[in-house]
Amino acid sequence: MKISALIFLLLIFAAFSYFMARQKVSTAYRQRKQKSKILTLPKYFGYVAALTALLPALLMLFFLQMAEEPYINSEISNYIVNSDIEANEDLDLYLNDIKSADTPEKVAALTPEKQQVYQRYHEIETTTNRTITVIVLSLAILLVIWGMRRINTETPARRVFEKIIEGILLLAASIAIMTTVGIVFSVLFESTRFFGEVPIMSFMFGTEWSPQTAIRADQVGSSAAFGAVPLFVGTMLISFIALLVSVPLGLMSAIYLSEYAGSKIRAVAKPVLEILAGIPTVVYGFFAALTVAPFIRDLGQSMGLSVASESALAAGLVMGIMIIPFVSSLSDDVLSAVPQNLREGSLGLGATRSETIVKVLIPAALPGIVGGVLLAASRAIGETMIVVMAAGLAANLTVNPLEAVTTVTVQIVTLLTGDQEFDSAKTLAAFALGLMLFVTTLILNVIALHVVRKYREQYE
Amino acid sequence: MNEAVLNDLAEPNKPDHAGPETEDSLNIEYTDTVGQPLCEEAKIRTKEVNVYYADNQAIHNVSLDIGENEVIALIGPSGCGKSTYLRTLNRMNDTIDICRVEGQILLDGEDIYTKKQDPVLLRARVGMVFQKPNPFPKSIYDNVAYGPRIHGLTRNKSELDDLVEESLTKAGLFQEVKDRLDAPGTGLSGGQQQRLCIARTIAVQPEVILMDEPASALDPIATAKIEELINELKENFTIVIVTHSMQQAARVSQRTAYFHMGRLIEVGETDQIFTNPAHELTEKYITGRFG
Amino acid sequence: MWSENTESSMNNTDLVRQSLKKRYLKEQIFKAVGMFSIVAAIVFLIILLADIFTKAMPAFSQTNIELEVTLDAGEIGVGTNPTEQDLMAADFRRVIRNALAKQFPDVKKRKEKRELYSLTSMGAEFQLRDMVIDDPSLLGQNIKVEFMADDDVDAVIKGAIDRTLPESDRRVKDQKLAWIERLEQSGQISKQFNWHFFSSGDSREPEMAGIKGAIKGSFFTLLVTLALSFPVAVAAAIYLEEFAPKNRFIDFIEININNLAAVPSIVFGLLGLAVFINFFSLPRSAPLVGGIVLSLMTLPTIIIASRSAIKAVPPSLREAALGLGASKMQTVFHHVLPAALPGILTGTIIGMAQALGETAPLLMIGMVAFIVDIPQGITDPSTVLPIQVYLWADSPERGFLAKTSAAIMVLLFFLVAMNAIAIYLRKKFEKKW
Repeated sequence: MKISALIFLLLIFAAFSYFMARQKVSTAYRQRKQKSKILTLPKYFGYVAALTALLPALLMLFFLQMAEEPYINSEISNYIVNSDIEANEDLDLYLNDIKSADTPEKVAALTPEKQQVYQRYHEIETTTNRTITVIVLSLAILLVIWGMRRINTETPARRVFEKIIEGILLLAASIAIMTTVGIVFSVLFESTRFFGEVPIMSFMFGTEWSPQTAIRADQVGSSAAFGAVPLFVGTMLISFIALLVSVPLGLMSAIYLSEYAGSKIRAVAKPVLEILAGIPTVVYGFFAALTVAPFIRDLGQSMGLSVASESALAAGLVMGIMIIPFVSSLSDDVLSAVPQNLREGSLGLGATRSETIVKVLIPAALPGIVGGVLLAASRAIGETMIVVMAAGLAANLTVNPLEAVTTVTVQIVTLLTGDQEFDSAKTLAAFALGLMLFVTTLILNVIALHVVRKYREQYE
Repeated sequence: MNEAVLNDLAEPNKPDHAGPETEDSLNIEYTDTVGQPLCEEAKIRTKEVNVYYADNQAIHNVSLDIGENEVIALIGPSGCGKSTYLRTLNRMNDTIDICRVEGQILLDGEDIYTKKQDPVLLRARVGMVFQKPNPFPKSIYDNVAYGPRIHGLTRNKSELDDLVEESLTKAGLFQEVKDRLDAPGTGLSGGQQQRLCIARTIAVQPEVILMDEPASALDPIATAKIEELINELKENFTIVIVTHSMQQAARVSQRTAYFHMGRLIEVGETDQIFTNPAHELTEKYITGRFG
Repeated sequence: MWSENTESSMNNTDLVRQSLKKRYLKEQIFKAVGMFSIVAAIVFLIILLADIFTKAMPAFSQTNIELEVTLDAGEIGVGTNPTEQDLMAADFRRVIRNALAKQFPDVKKRKEKRELYSLTSMGAEFQLRDMVIDDPSLLGQNIKVEFMADDDVDAVIKGAIDRTLPESDRRVKDQKLAWIERLEQSGQISKQFNWHFFSSGDSREPEMAGIKGAIKGSFFTLLVTLALSFPVAVAAAIYLEEFAPKNRFIDFIEININNLAAVPSIVFGLLGLAVFINFFSLPRSAPLVGGIVLSLMTLPTIIIASRSAIKAVPPSLREAALGLGASKMQTVFHHVLPAALPGILTGTIIGMAQALGETAPLLMIGMVAFIVDIPQGITDPSTVLPIQVYLWADSPERGFLAKTSAAIMVLLFFLVAMNAIAIYLRKKFEKKW
């Protein structure tokens, strides 16, 4: 039976259980003599019955489904060995051929040997499927029968139901943890495999990065090919340029908007910043690659400088523009948290507005601003599309903003979007880079969030 | 940015002393201010001042002189406009967009609301101490040195050191903090913070000091110290103090002005106001029948 | 000591006055720098939008060449009563070539002929085929058809290729230019709104490439994202605001949510690749996986927005319900949630807009493949709007430049529309408690 059909059947059964339980309790209520006590509504008994039918069965289905594929695979491999069919090919490919034969034509196109295996595969699949259906359905039915016997009018059905719902809500809240765990495990697991092939030290401190050449068997793991230092330097160079653009502009525009601008300017500038924040990064990437980079190259040429057509400057500049609204809104939050009476205290002594801002507000808001800059840095380091489209692929170890550099994110994308065997050192390297990226941004985020929270508490 | 202030000041529109007495008081016809609102040697003269927040009028036609080197107390029920009036004297109301001031306010005979007048210079001459102590999150020393530094009042470090020490001494704080001038001003107790704010104000050596309920956030002992300090300061400064405590007004001021619903009701010698008020509203307030 | 200072305080005013000029200059400079920052941001936005807009304009019109073709059954290689399958396999290219050859009888050389045939798009024959399949009675007739022009012709007509340049610098050679001009003079060249752009999938040929596949891909992806993230985020927000006890575990959840909101999006792509594709063997390039990854990414945004919406519901409402004997759960679902719903919806739409513009994580799970077919469901291979932008931006053909910009405009249109809905909702249901 197909999974969707099975789930449908379970739902019908759950609805049936709901009505049964409700009916039973309603009848029991009607037979009671006194009516003074407030009773639990019959529908709650129904809900509990429906959930009893549904939740354990679905959970069981999920686990059986997870176990199904490995089980079938091992059965088939056993069969192949037992029936003396020589499987010269890679076992995975062999199995894949068989499994992908989903139409009679495709089955007919298989070799006789494989057809035999196909038959066997079909048998096993059918039996496992049947077994799963029987287990899941009988679990649901048994639980409901057991539950129906136990419930009586004294059962605190509403409280049970609410506890279950609360559990589901908690589960939803815990998805954040599961996501983090998922991220950590996926990058950590593949990274350890990578570091099994390439020593961690040569990855962290090697200065040559050329993963393309490492496909050749004799070069796998050669220390020269996976030195990530040029990537780290390139990432930092572009992020630095981006911060150089976005921090002063973002901070000053926040200050101007909150301390100087009249309502008219604010009415124009706020939406502009919001639009800048809402533009997808791929659009910035397009703008950087096709408009800004050629412009900078031509400008440089007219001044007699040699500028790469994928210069770090172009990518950094556009990334800076992208982050302006981010810095601006963070600074705005931070500045508006500074109590009004500090402003008045300074103005009351005869300070000008700029003196008040520079000498009182900014020092008072400094921790918050630093936290904002750290968050912006984390954003710049993790930004992908702008650099993928506007920065280069060549891993030059340089800090010259006019040359082309590559970044961690660019390399992750290039390594994983080709048609590669998933297990090659090349794709695994992408996960090692991902691990670096995740750890770096995690540290920056945690520090920044901590600093900003402490800062807020100070004025609360 | 000015919401906090707005909430604080927009109150005149909703009198919070509702009750039968209010009804009563509203029936009394407002006449011109009773008593002696004018004086001969006036430091500040205000003539027919009206203040509006957008369309709401907060101050109605107030004319009052503030004499040279006197301490004048502004009293009245909360929301009567006394704080608003005080803030017009050094144009702190400029920081509120919707606030509009009409009438004349003269400092040493010069109108402070002309375009020519500079609010920065004005506030250097007319300093202000706020209701809630608001030391900057800097060291004690830097708090006091802030004003002299931005105004360029001293020529070198030692002069600045002297000025800081004198100001702290005048504020009666020096003995308590002389060993920890580098400690943050925010680490002091409430009363010390307020005296620090006063020291900060007098370090600029203004001619007039405006005090907006300077002791309302403090305990009685700290309050006593502040009052003592005001008594000393009146040697050198003209002081306008807003207070909701009649006892405090009686203790520190020579003259007292009574405000009610945005109007200046009565002005007179402090003794006279508290013992023999001329206006019915003043009497009701003094005797604690509302406010 | 003080008296000395009081003396100096006589000219304090003068001292302050002296310093004022310099201080006001500083004030002016500071203010100007602030103004400059704002203006810079506005100018950047204007340049960005103007640049994309001007680049996109050509993509919204399509150049057509009108040719008279003879639909002779023998010529295209079908019998008198062809089935649909026959027609699918028929050679319509020949008919169009004949029409072109008839128009320019002086072209004889093989190489020149090949040039001539490239005046119309590769897609012209399919255009003709579809016409005949729709109406088989056209067979044997002489009809005038407006064929889609090749992107080079398109570029010449729209002025993207400068006709006055010397031949050596020009992509379109003199001979071809002469043909185009002759067609122009005889009124066979026309321009019309490019509906094709909105009704077809991707293609290697710029003039045939359309956005519909990407729009549908985005639609399916967002559908999955919404279906997963909305209920989960609301449930999580309810739990954290209303039920969560104060303990380490809850703190840990909160730290995780705040941190996930700042994790680079590409890392979510790595998660999707490692967990959903490699471990759970879900289909690559499918909106299903894309939607799952994007929903994990937008969860923090929606949770944070929903929490503040729930927090804004006044306690008096909760107390009223509890006072009537409602359980905590009933209070939340009957009173708090409906009151917070507008805020939650606004946050959700903003999260969806964010997901619509997201590119990097989807590159990781293979949505970057070249896909011609328009996806019909959440498991079909497909691409999404931002990735279509990325793919076209990478293509060397000139015609794709305009297509890219046009795709960006379509993307921005959807984003603006979503944000407008969010603002409308916020305005309409805004309650002052």
